[in-house]
Order: sequence, then C-alpha cells, then structure tokens
Amino acid sequence: MIPEIGHFALILALALALVQSLVPLIGARRGDASLMAVADVTAPAQAGFTALSFACLVTCYVVSDFSVAVVFENSHSAMPAIYRFTSVWGNHEGSMLLWVLILSVFGALVALAARNVPASFKATALAVQAWIAAAFYLFILTTSNPFARLSPAPFEGRDLNPILQDLGLAVHPPLLYLGYVGFSIAFSFAVAALIEGRINAAWARFVRPWVLLAWMCLTLGIAMGSYWAYYELGWGGWWFWDPVENASLMPWLVGTALLHSAVVMEKREALKVWTILLAILAFSLSLIGTFLVRSGVLTSVHAFATDPARGVFILAILILFIGGALALFAWRAPLLRQGGLFAPVSREGALVLNNLFIITACATVFVGTLYPLALEAFTGEKISVGAPFFNITFGPLFIPLLVAVPFGPLLAWKRADLAGVAQRLSAAYVVALLGIGATFALQGYPVLPALGVGLAMFVMAGSVIDLVERTSLLRAPLATAWRRARGLPRSNWGTALAHFGLGVCLLGIIGETQWGAEKIVTMKPHDKVALRTYEFQYEGSTSRTGPNYRETVAKFTVRHNREVIGLMEPSRRAFPSRGSSTTEAALMTRGLSQLYVSLGEQADDGSLAVRIYHKPMVLLIWLGAVLMAMGGGLSLSDRRLRVGAPRPAKARGALQPAE
Amino acid sequence: MTRRQRRLALIGVAGVVLAVAVALVLNALRDTIVFFNSPTDIVEKHVGPGTRIRLGGVVAAGSVVRSDNLNVTFQVTDGSNTIAVAYQGILPDLFREGQGVIAEGALDAAGGFKADTVLAKHDEKYMPKEVADALKKQGHWKEESGRNGLVPAGTPPAAAPAPKS
Repeated sequence: MIPEIGHFALILALALALVQSLVPLIGARRGDASLMAVADVTAPAQAGFTALSFACLVTCYVVSDFSVAVVFENSHSAMPAIYRFTSVWGNHEGSMLLWVLILSVFGALVALAARNVPASFKATALAVQAWIAAAFYLFILTTSNPFARLSPAPFEGRDLNPILQDLGLAVHPPLLYLGYVGFSIAFSFAVAALIEGRINAAWARFVRPWVLLAWMCLTLGIAMGSYWAYYELGWGGWWFWDPVENASLMPWLVGTALLHSAVVMEKREALKVWTILLAILAFSLSLIGTFLVRSGVLTSVHAFATDPARGVFILAILILFIGGALALFAWRAPLLRQGGLFAPVSREGALVLNNLFIITACATVFVGTLYPLALEAFTGEKISVGAPFFNITFGPLFIPLLVAVPFGPLLAWKRADLAGVAQRLSAAYVVALLGIGATFALQGYPVLPALGVGLAMFVMAGSVIDLVERTSLLRAPLATAWRRARGLPRSNWGTALAHFGLGVCLLGIIGETQWGAEKIVTMKPHDKVALRTYEFQYEGSTSRTGPNYRETVAKFTVRHNREVIGLMEPSRRAFPSRGSSTTEAALMTRGLSQLYVSLGEQADDGSLAVRIYHKPMVLLIWLGAVLMAMGGGLSLSDRRLRVGAPRPAKARGALQPAE
Repeated sequence: MTRRQRRLALIGVAGVVLAVAVALVLNALRDTIVFFNSPTDIVEKHVGPGTRIRLGGVVAAGSVVRSDNLNVTFQVTDGSNTIAVAYQGILPDLFREGQGVIAEGALDAAGGFKADTVLAKHDEKYMPKEVADALKKQGHWKEESGRNGLVPAGTPPAAAPAPKS
C-alpha cells in the first residue's frame, strides 16, 4: 500500500507541475494577478506531494519491504538502520526522487520567500521551475519508477554496495544535489529575465543568495566526496580527475564565476548579459553532471544502449533545457540594456578576469571529460584522459587566477589604481617570500613546490590585508578599527574567509602531493617498518563480526621517535550477501598531517600486504574547502542578502564603511 | 577609452587566454591520452614496446602467480589472444581470476606487458565496459557476465587504480 501511495503522490506532483508550468506564465503575459498567484499554491503543494512520495520510499527501505524492486536491489534487513535510510539515494531511482524533492522544495521556498520580486517575474520563474520539475517527474515515472513491485516478493535484499555503507557517502549525494538543484533557481530567473526582456540589479540581489547557498552545498559536497574517496578506497588519493568528479567540479567552477559576476551586476549593473549566460551554464552543467553520473554514459557511450528509453529521455531533457535556454539567450539577450561602464583596471575588470580564467579552466575540464565520449561515439577508438591531462591544462590556467585573487577585493569599483593596490599588498609579498624561503630552506630542490607555498601564502596574506585595510587596523586607533570591523558587512568577511580558504586548500594540496611518503610492504606478525620518523609494528590480526559483514582487523603499534603514540587498526571487511569486500583504512591525525594504513591481501603464509602513508598537511585540503563554504555562509547571513529582510534603517546604513 | 575600445580590449584578452587554453589542451591531448587495447588489438595493431596503453580483458583462470616483494604476474585474455602481465604492488580489492581488469603500462621488448597501474571496478558485478565490448567483438561475451553496477552521484573514481609501485 505504501509504495502505491508514494507512486500516486508523485503523479499528483506531476499534475501540479504541469498546471504550474502554464497557468502562471499565461497570467504573467496577460497581467492577470489571480492566474500568477496560482504558482504560490502549486509550488508548495508540489513540494508536499513529492515529500510524501519520498517519505513512502524511505518507509519501504526502513521496514525492508523487499517487494519493492529498488529496496530488494539495494538493501538488506541486517544492514544498520542508518544505512537502510541512506541507501534510499544509493541508486539511480532513489537519487532521482531525492533530486526532484530538493527541486520542488526550492521551488516552494521561492514561492513563499520572494516578496520583493515583481509578480510577473516571479510567476514566470516559477513556471520555468515547473518545466524542469515536470520533465523530471515524467522521467522518473516513465523510465525509473522507484515504486515498481516484484512478485513474488523476495525474502532478503541484495544489500547495498559495501563501499556505500559509510556515513561520509551518505551525506555526500544530498549535499551535491542541493548544489546542483540550487543553481536551478538562478536558471529559472535567468530564463524569466529573458522572457520578460528586462533585468536589473534587483535580479542579482534576489538570485545571489540562492547561488551562494547552492555553491556552499556543492563545495561541501565535493569536499566530502573527496574525503570519502581518501579514506574508503584505501590508497590515499583524494582527487582522481575522474569524469564523475569532473562532473561536479564543472558546475562548481561556473557557479563560482556566477557568484562573482552577480556581485558586479548587483553593485554596478554591469555584466548583465554575461551573468545571465553563466546562470544558464551553471545549471546546464549541473544537469549534465547529474546525468553523466546517473545514466552510466561515463562508463561508455554504449551504456545508452543498455536502457535506450532512459538514454533517449536523458538526451531529450538535456537538449530541451540547455538548447532551449541557449537559443532563448541568443534571441532575447540583445534586448537587455547595457549596464554601467568601467575601466579595465577596476574591481569589475578584476572580476571579469576571474570569470575569464575560471570559465576557460572549466572548458578544459569539459574537453577532457567529454572528448573520450565524443571520440568513441564517432570513431569507436577508446582512450582514457587521465590526471596528467588535467594537471597540465587546468593548473597553468588556475595559477594566474590565484595570483590575481588578492588584488581583486582591494581594487576600487569603476576605476582603480593598480599601483596603489600593489603597494598595499607589500606585506603579502613579504609573507610569500618568507614562505618560499622557509620551504626552500627546509626541503631544498625542486623549487616549484616552494613557489607554490609562496603563492598559497600570498593568497592567504592578501585576504588578511583586505580585512586590515577595510578596518584600518594599522592606521587608526584600535577602538576605531573595532568599530569598523563590527560595521563591516558580513559579505566582506565572507569574501576574505573564502579567499583565505582557497590559499589553505592550495597549501594542503602542495603538502600532500610534494612531501607525502608511502611504503608498500608485506609484513608478518611482529615485523617493523619505518617511515620517516615513524615506526609501525604489526602485532597480528583478529577477526570480528559486524552486523552484515565479517572483518579481519590488523593491529599496528605506532611509534614516533621510539615513543608509542598509539594503535592503528585497519581492516578488511567481507560482505557475504554481495560476495565482495572493502578495505577500511586506519587514520591517525598528527596536527594537520595524517598517518594512513590500509591492508592488501593476506598471503597463504600469513604475511599481509600493507600500505603505509605519511600525508603532511593533508587535512588543509578539506579545511580549506570548509573555510570557503563558511565564507559563503557568512556572506549569506549578510543582511543585504537575507531574503525578505527589511531594509536597514537609514541611520544604521550610514555607519557602513564606504567601499 | 570608448565602450567600443573597451570591448575590443576585453575580447583581445579573452582571445589570448582562450588561445593559451587551446594550445595547452592540444598539447596535452597529444601527450597524455592513453589508448585502450584488447589483447587482440595488441597482436593485430603491432603496438610497439614502450608506448603507454591500457590493456583490458579478463584475468585468465589459474594464471595469477604471486611471488616476493608483492610481485605478481597474471594473464589477460579476450578469448582469442592472451597477454602476460607483470605488476608489482597491491592489487585492488576487486581483482579476481575470471573477472574483468584494466592494466595501464607498456609492452616490454619480449612482448610481455609491464603494468604500473591495475584498475578494477567498484562493483564486483561490473565488467568494465571497454572489456565487455572487446569480448563482444571476439564473440566471447555472455550476457550474464556483465551487469552495469550503479555508482552513486559523485562517487569519485569509477575505477580505483592501485598506486604505482
């Protein structure tokens, strides 16, 4: 009964979406307020029915109703309750349902929160949102029904893929989807702007919080996925330039560019057309990302052939929305009025440069990710484009961007004094040079990592200088600086924190890739292995039984300079229901660095293959990403951006420092 | 500067950045891409020693021999031809005899394959698509031998390489 209720609720949601995709649009064209207001009711109702449908699917998983096909395929009654819950989105059907759930909830939030947007504009945007939703409901209902039944019902499920039975991966897809789907709001409002043929700074003011929210979730989602890969796959890598990762990186890059160009549009009414294009591209890449991962196209273009209905539907959605939006853009964008003028050397100019480099870097990732697919589709030749490609294309394009980061926030709007800004950054050069010198003194050749550390230091110091300058910390009495710091808009703090996080992340990447150490050895009980200043002694293995697996746990005593600093217990888990196994690495955190032990196979004579890594500064990689997301959060809490927040009183506004 | 001049300057800068990017991409595509070959491809195409390729096929049953220092040899077959592979390091969790595998490396002068990376797919039911296609081409494909495993959104690698030894 419960699956049928879920199925029916989804059909009702589709019906509501179809109404919402037409009626408000007609209302907006005719200026009929009552027709436009329909969206205010249908959007929350749609979200309600999708939530009901999702709740039904969750119930099927939690009570292990194996008569439902996806539950049978992806769950097991012995699995811990939390994984029975999270395996809801550990497969194609469930994750698509989660996707539309987030989409409809965002739509409902727009309907409820957007009070300061012109009614026709909001109605058009909600109609566009409903087009997307309707396409996805149809896709789910016709090709990927999560409520399909099996008869007779099996007694036991096939279990979730063991590597997915992990908390990190449980929260990773929802975060990514929040990011992907969050960009749909920017997309809908961009399309609405094109249909209405007008756009102004208010557009950016309204859209930017949504973009920020989406960007934050995407940042955290990518970081989470990277950390999961690091500890779960057992060989210590944190980024593979795998197509699946690139699929999430591309919307992130365009989203970052959009975030920056929306600032220009909000403050200066410039870059309007470009911002609209970015809003379309960010969501287009999110769509491509979702489908690349979900459809199986990535493993091969021929994956389309394994389920032609799904593949064709996916292609149709991509062509309809991306092609349609871009065509609309080409047709209507010339109607949008030109914005404010600015000199090449100005904050606007810097943000244009930022956009240029980010988009170009994104384009190289796009080429590297899709070229093998295109080549195979047209010539049948199979190639793999791996990390070396991305390192030598993405890297050189990102370095100038990083060099420019500290300059951006210090430049004035409209026309700026580059020499003056360069002078104000002198402390940052000193910090960068100290970083290079200290690294070189400690590590010696090669020089490149030292320069990288210098660059990271420069970015970090630059963001500190930005704050120091804005609060006039060194020029004014402390009390004045304190007052200015308190009056400084949170978005300024957010910018500085996010840029600082970028530097932190770079530092971690350099540390891990340049100075990491690894050893792969076979060990018998009581054998010792030294790595750097650490010594690992293998004490022997024991067996344990988990809820749905058996594991062999190896114990290692770790010594640092002959002092015992702890015990590390990596294990290998065998999951009988799937006949597969996973490696659970053991991690020991030492400051910002980590020791990492994972197990390979055990030979017949009892010797064990072991991988041991020392990963210096590795935690900075994810800490940097978290700082970036926190910066986004600070910006989001800025009162100017708060959706529906009343305008600050004039007197309080006067305290805000000039920018 | 007039609006027109500014726009030209912007287009100029964008053009330069794009040109650099195109040059980087073309250069990288020439040097870093790796072609996929089945054992039959290697025999038929006369792939020279030293060229980096990906070799895909099924690990021949009974062919895995492990020796000291994590050295391992095995044979990769597509049913028609077989290539001997030597590898040093830890094999992925899902490496099994009779299952699909992709090894990256180069042929040595003797015609053996020296792998520095061995990939096996996450899901044990999953046969790498390239391998499945190669087997189909050789007429040794059974439908039940491969079933596309679903990997979640954002699961970083579809294939987890073992690190270089």
